Amino acid sequence: MDWLNAVVQGTLLGGLYALFAAGLSLIFGVMRLVNIGHGDFIVLAAYLGLTVTTATGLHPLLALIVVVPTMGVIGYVLQRGLLNQTLGDDLLPPLLVTFGLSVILQNGLLEVYSADPQKMEAGALETASFAVGGLNLGVLPVLTFAVAVAVIWGLQWTFYHTALGRAFRAVSDNQDIAQLMGLNRRHIFGVAMALALGVTAIAGILLGIRTSFDPSIGGGRLIFGFEAVIIGGLGNLWGTLAGGVILGVAQTVGAKIDPGWQILSGHLAFLFILAIRPNGLFPRISA
Amino acid sequence: MPEPILQMHALDAHYGDFQALYGVDMEVSEGEVLAIIGSNGAGKTTLMRSITGLLSNEPSQITYHREDISSLRADEVAMRGLAMVPEGRQLFPSLSVRENLMIGAQVGRKGPWSLDAVYKLFPILDERKDQQSTSLSGGQQQMVAIGRALMANPDLILFDEISLGLAPIIIKDIYDALPGIIGEGMSAIIVEQDISKALSVSSRVYCLQEGRVSLEGASDTVSREDISRAYFGIE
Repeated sequence: MDWLNAVVQGTLLGGLYALFAAGLSLIFGVMRLVNIGHGDFIVLAAYLGLTVTTATGLHPLLALIVVVPTMGVIGYVLQRGLLNQTLGDDLLPPLLVTFGLSVILQNGLLEVYSADPQKMEAGALETASFAVGGLNLGVLPVLTFAVAVAVIWGLQWTFYHTALGRAFRAVSDNQDIAQLMGLNRRHIFGVAMALALGVTAIAGILLGIRTSFDPSIGGGRLIFGFEAVIIGGLGNLWGTLAGGVILGVAQTVGAKIDPGWQILSGHLAFLFILAIRPNGLFPRISA
Repeated sequence: MPEPILQMHALDAHYGDFQALYGVDMEVSEGEVLAIIGSNGAGKTTLMRSITGLLSNEPSQITYHREDISSLRADEVAMRGLAMVPEGRQLFPSLSVRENLMIGAQVGRKGPWSLDAVYKLFPILDERKDQQSTSLSGGQQQMVAIGRALMANPDLILFDEISLGLAPIIIKDIYDALPGIIGEGMSAIIVEQDISKALSVSSRVYCLQEGRVSLEGASDTVSREDISRAYFGIE
């Protein structure tokens, strides 16, 4: 029963990792941009949530109403004002620029919020749980997993059933020809980044309710997000959810064997899958 | 003489240090079908890229409906009713046939062309509408590329090498369909290496040679000798 518990808890944790990863997967899929600052944007969203909840007394989940659009606007402006200029045949400029953004964000957060760990108060939600067949499930992890499924379903639906998704795929396929069809790729990329950071906002708030955070933890979230994307296969959002779950289960099962092995076993599972399936489990874009 | 819809004045084009077009003067009248012929590397595709805005030009080199479009981006040019069937078809592989056609309608211009009208023109596309565009034969892909351009309800449509890489029977089908496509007051520029095909559907012809206009005339009066001289540069 303990092992089953570890697997179930890991699966639920995987939902949070999938939320970390969904934004990364989205922007890589649309514009082949690898955002090294992604983890720091998650942390930024958590801090924005903290500011909103302390200033207004709102519940952290209600703070999403403010934080998601705010992050979306930041994403659009950032893409149009800065990141579009780095895109081209060379992969290196966007890597360097987003790495720089990561440093700036960390130091900016340190300046404004100090290095003290913070946490969002979510009241009863933090500790509420219910029993299912002998397992105790936390309401927050179950909610997180449900949100992850909903977000990925929503992104997938947007990609395959809306004019915006069609534009995303067309621009991703062939930028010049898409431009000939009247699609301004700079605007499309801006919208994609807005959407990605909107998802990041959800991830950041749920992270901030679940654990304490400080300005330095972005890098770790980036790694978990990356690993989930790579395990699942590039360009496949449901694969990203599967990747998050595999990573989460590997971590909780590792922690069950020895609490010190939690992070290590996640990385080992990632390396193992990378070794046997270099393109991930369910790749849509062939490497 | 109807009013010119598209004019080029002393158009130069460069790729870095390499100059591909030298002072090209050209015009297309409303409702006219123009053919542009020339050998590989004569500058035909460069000319298409300049007109559509994929290459940026110096100001006042290209006017469309009396508006200077030289420095507009490709999507802004497309919005003004200028569509292209690109060389090599260049469909979007991640999109189904229907979605490829829908992307063409993205510019939101009103006109006779809709999904139904395209399916009526090419019934096979209706049968294949949910397939990935890459699973179609070359000729069917060309139909999608033409339909995609028509969905924009353009005033001027550019056909870049539509017979390239297709079987002669397919080329014949597509050229037979062209008059029905170009009707309704649309103007067209047809870029072709197949000279007789180009002459048969056009009213005027330009020949490019090493980035310069080497011949201009009515398609039914230019002689074979003039064309080979203009095409190959043999005196």
